[in-house]
Amino acid sequence: MSGYRLAAPAGAWIDRNRPLRFSFDGRPVQGFAGDTVASALLAGGHAMVARSTKLHRPRGVFACGPEEPNALLDVGLHGERTPNTRATEIDAAEGLVCRPGNAWPGLKLDIAALNARYAALLPAGFYYKTFMKPHWHLYEPVIRALAGTGRAADAPDPARYDAVSRQVELLVIGGGAAGTQAALDAARAGAQVLLLEASPQLAAADALRDAGVECHTRCTVFGLYDHGLAAAAQGVGGAVRERLWTIRARRTIVATGAFERPMLFPDNDRPGVMLAGAVEQYARRYGVACGRRIVVATACDSGYRTAQALVAAGIDVAAIVDARERSGAEAPAGVAVHRASTIVAVAGKRAVQGVTIAPQAGGARHEIEADCIASAGGWTPAVNLYSMAGGKLRWVAESSMFVPATELPGITTVGACAGDFGAAHSPGVVPADHRPSRAALASLGRKPGKVFVDLQADVSAGDVALAAREGYRSVEHLKRYTTTGMATDQGKTSNVNALVLMGAQTKRTPDQVGTTRFRPPFKPVTLNTIAGGRSGERFKPLKRMPGHAWHAARGAAMEEFGGWLRPAAYPRAGEDLVTAAEREALQVRTEVGVFEGSPLGKIEVIGPDAAGFLDLMYVGTMSTLAVGGARYGLLLNENGVIFDDGIVGRLGPEHFLVNTTSGGAERVALAFEEWLQCEYGDHRVLVAPVTSAWGNVTVSGPKAWQLLQAAGFDAALAPAAMKHMTLRECSYGGVAMRVLRASFCGELGYEINLPAPHTQALLDRLWVVGQGLGVAPYGVEALMIMRTEKGFLHVGGDTDGTTLPGDVGMDRGIAAKAANFVGRRSLLRPAARDPRRMQLVGLLPRDGRTRLPVGGHMAASRPPAPIEGFVTSSHHSPVLGHPVALGMLANGRARIGEAVTVWHLGRAIEAEVAKTPFYDPAGERLHGLG
Amino acid sequence: MVQLCCPWCGPRPGNEFSCGGTTGIARPPLECSDEEWARYLFLRQNPKGEHAERWRHGYGCGQWFNVLRDTVSHEVRAVYGIAEPRPGAGSSP
Repeated sequence: MSGYRLAAPAGAWIDRNRPLRFSFDGRPVQGFAGDTVASALLAGGHAMVARSTKLHRPRGVFACGPEEPNALLDVGLHGERTPNTRATEIDAAEGLVCRPGNAWPGLKLDIAALNARYAALLPAGFYYKTFMKPHWHLYEPVIRALAGTGRAADAPDPARYDAVSRQVELLVIGGGAAGTQAALDAARAGAQVLLLEASPQLAAADALRDAGVECHTRCTVFGLYDHGLAAAAQGVGGAVRERLWTIRARRTIVATGAFERPMLFPDNDRPGVMLAGAVEQYARRYGVACGRRIVVATACDSGYRTAQALVAAGIDVAAIVDARERSGAEAPAGVAVHRASTIVAVAGKRAVQGVTIAPQAGGARHEIEADCIASAGGWTPAVNLYSMAGGKLRWVAESSMFVPATELPGITTVGACAGDFGAAHSPGVVPADHRPSRAALASLGRKPGKVFVDLQADVSAGDVALAAREGYRSVEHLKRYTTTGMATDQGKTSNVNALVLMGAQTKRTPDQVGTTRFRPPFKPVTLNTIAGGRSGERFKPLKRMPGHAWHAARGAAMEEFGGWLRPAAYPRAGEDLVTAAEREALQVRTEVGVFEGSPLGKIEVIGPDAAGFLDLMYVGTMSTLAVGGARYGLLLNENGVIFDDGIVGRLGPEHFLVNTTSGGAERVALAFEEWLQCEYGDHRVLVAPVTSAWGNVTVSGPKAWQLLQAAGFDAALAPAAMKHMTLRECSYGGVAMRVLRASFCGELGYEINLPAPHTQALLDRLWVVGQGLGVAPYGVEALMIMRTEKGFLHVGGDTDGTTLPGDVGMDRGIAAKAANFVGRRSLLRPAARDPRRMQLVGLLPRDGRTRLPVGGHMAASRPPAPIEGFVTSSHHSPVLGHPVALGMLANGRARIGEAVTVWHLGRAIEAEVAKTPFYDPAGERLHGLG
Repeated sequence: MVQLCCPWCGPRPGNEFSCGGTTGIARPPLECSDEEWARYLFLRQNPKGEHAERWRHGYGCGQWFNVLRDTVSHEVRAVYGIAEPRPGAGSSP
């Protein structure tokens, strides 16, 4: 093939005043604005542009749209590289870099092309037959590497992507003749219409806009889903690379046209063999002649139309080879027509050099010199979207097509995709006697030359015949065994030919063979498009505390904790995170520390039945709390498993403030709501999640009250006046605050809840006032050290999806509790009362030095051995001067003082089961008496 | 993605909702047998066809409601209140 650019004005889509250059396979290629990479390559005479997937045979551009099976390129460099992209859909652009995706080291010298020599050894299913002994997994990596097409990007994509979501009355998919007419009719009848066209050009753009139709080009609908939902990908260009559309339409008109079906003849994959309609489109749109001498191989009238158009464009058409005896169309003057004839051989390996034709009835062969074969085997309605939406297909024997069988609710198919080629802009007439498989069947068994059915998956007619012989009769088996229709083009040009062949082999009609249901996407969509810009930090944005800037100014090392960005610690120069956390923990134990606990979940539970409702939710009893009192409680799910914990305070007879863990704020509120709405609908209760409305500044340490007093807090908060586990409402600086005396670190502690916008001001004030008292900010890591020293439970750290209240020693009072509560019944199961259950215990290393690794397993002998438990929390205790740990251990509470072995990465560490708390076992310090 | 008609907010896309599984499962009393409790916790019908399930409009009004949905076609046959009986349940054999 030696394509060339036709003289102006041929080429409606290109701008000859704007020439450009890009690079293909390391070579410069010329083009014009409006060209695709494929059209510019054809114009430059590049016949071979790719290698096939399995056999690495030379391949050229075959189509002019999304059905392209051959010309798959890697486009762009580094982060911008997109592999496996159809050259027919890549805009030629100045400086663009692209290369064939499946040729190494290069197109001309491709090492895996040796596969083609051994093609006879690589029939359908050869993987499964050849590579089974001793085990498929030994061979899989190498085979996958050879089978792959393209290389993925090796850096984050710097481009921007976005997403839009729309609701419309009518969505029209496809801006061809039928789609345009449907959109115009609906818009003129007053409907709100959105029309999406996949190609860059819309022929009737002006008329559509005048009628009030919203139109978008380069926008491919790739999926039709439930209840009128469509998803589309649009190439935008400029600041945004691609845009994801999700459209909910009351009605959808599918006008996606039809794909041309290739003729089947030996070596019908050679560069230069193309779809006839594509050859015509390259001439019309891009002013490109795909060859200097073209043979049209056809089995339908549209091949004659192509020939007419090519001759009109000044391109030399050598002959029309028609598989039929009669046709309903005229050949152009001077073009020889060979009726009832087929191509029996193609000369040339890397480009077509000529064809040999022969009458089907037998007789003299005839050679024709040509560099391009325009193949017109009929049409395949693009029913992909209709099928995705659940539509069933019907086989029309007289025109060899699958067409939509029925209307779907809200979805109409029109034009060629409905099998209706009668419109004025018809792409071609499919005659009644068309039989695309006849030639292929005739050629079976003839040598040499492979008759390709699926170009992208390298499936030949022989492979289909083999599958039939081996009993793979079902369409599903045919597809999986031969891989036909399974490549990135999903068999757009090959499915029907494969079904017809299978039917002929097994003496069935194609509809008896059946079709597989199409699945989204209609064409490959990049992951970044589907992400629609929600990648990196925007995938799941982290929440920031109201005092974020204050912590940053103190040098906080921020980390993610349960969706929040929080200070892990405040390392000073030369300190690592652990050293800093240990210094902070010691500071809290000896002086005073300030901690922001704003992410702590806060839910107000209000109403006449609030107390009774909380009794149903918690293991403990909340209805007996006095106003101003607070109590720790465990929340279970229906399996009796601990799923959150926290302190509940009573603000009034019908008003409670529920604290949850920071990570559990949302799921606790959701659980409360679900129980309230779905099970306890008669309870008069309001559940109001208020986490982000309230900041939380926690002041802890022996000097905590001294600091608050110095800052001017009400004397009613003094430890002598306000007991541990009580809740007071107070006013400070004119701002109403709720102060809870509680402690997760074991020191005198105040949790000051205040309107979130005032958080930073309070932190500032305490910082200034506290300078003389040795105040320090402390982070989550220091808190974890201190709560481990105290043996306090960390839900989700010490517990998992099996932990029951009794396992962590919190089942006291359950038997006596009057009210039922969520999870209670599950605690009565025999398994819940098994004495061999794991229990939370303290663990100390025998040598007093080695930190027990979290996740290390306890077992009597080297694993694999029965596991008795595992370490859940472990820190070096700065105040005790040795490591401390918590763990779950079978029957652990009865084993205090026993020796256990902790195994970690093959190493054995001797430890002792210990009582908790490790520090201040009498719990005196939290009263401020330490 | 399905579209559901929230009784309070009208038709909204499926990603505003979360499904809470089969609805109308009676919660046995504390005194029930272990077998009955296990059935309540773990055993579901998973029908091919009509399924009564509860949904919550999380990115909207936050309310739970019931939906009668065909698990094959995803057709929504009815939307009804969380405490209301399944439509047509009385007449079915």
